[in-house]
Amino acid sequence: MAKAKARVKAPKKVKQGEIFEVKTLIPHKMESGQRKDKKTGEKIPRMIINKFVCTYNGKEVISSSWEGAVSANPYLSFFIKADKSGTLDFTWTDDSGAVVQKSAKLSVS
Amino acid sequence: MTQKLEMQKISRRELFKLVGAGVLATTGISLLSTDALANTPATDEYIGKISGGNSAKDAKITVELPQIAENGNTVPVKFSIDSPMTEADYVKTVHILADKNPAPLVATYNFSPLAGKAAVSTRMRLARTQNVIVVAEMSDGTVNIAKKEVKVTIGGCGG
Repeated sequence: MAKAKARVKAPKKVKQGEIFEVKTLIPHKMESGQRKDKKTGEKIPRMIINKFVCTYNGKEVISSSWEGAVSANPYLSFFIKADKSGTLDFTWTDDSGAVVQKSAKLSVS
Repeated sequence: MTQKLEMQKISRRELFKLVGAGVLATTGISLLSTDALANTPATDEYIGKISGGNSAKDAKITVELPQIAENGNTVPVKFSIDSPMTEADYVKTVHILADKNPAPLVATYNFSPLAGKAAVSTRMRLARTQNVIVVAEMSDGTVNIAKKEVKVTIGGCGG
């Protein structure tokens, strides 16, 4: 998980007040906790990313909690309203406590 | 000539019979499907918890889902909620529920007015053909709800 390379697609330049879309994707198997091991018949323990947060200049834009029903390699797109130039920070946290962070610069004209 | 007419009469009568049977059959099917549309107790309980007993309104939410999902492992889902997204009036929290999954809750999204638009697109797992329910809590405490059926060919929760 720590090595997971998250991808973020966000515009670099936007106009003040513009509502723009941000697309994110992170590789993760998202083991749901429902599957059984075919050999032993035991349930495979849950291992998913359970939290995602996006902040814009330190202020939270969207935070979400995920359950086992979120697909593997979770994709999420959402919107942000441009205010001031700054950074967008993205944080994913999984069941083991591992954290992946990614940030993107944004210039607002 | 008269014989021919009678032949026609009979066939017309039979036609009506057939149509009648058809109507009965379709009403039967629609009755069944409304039954299938009812929520499972777990989902109802969850919705009750979110709305706090207030009746949920059926408005403002647009949900985009495929009618038929061939692979239940990745079903694209998209929702957008009609809201000005200002400090005074915005969408606070949105829950996605999959009625007949082993655990109905799929994901919860908390928005802030900075988002400008309460819309998300993601991908989820569906165990089988079922309803996907989107519940939105607004900042003024009202709750909106939307429901859409997805037919799933191959379930996506493993066995």
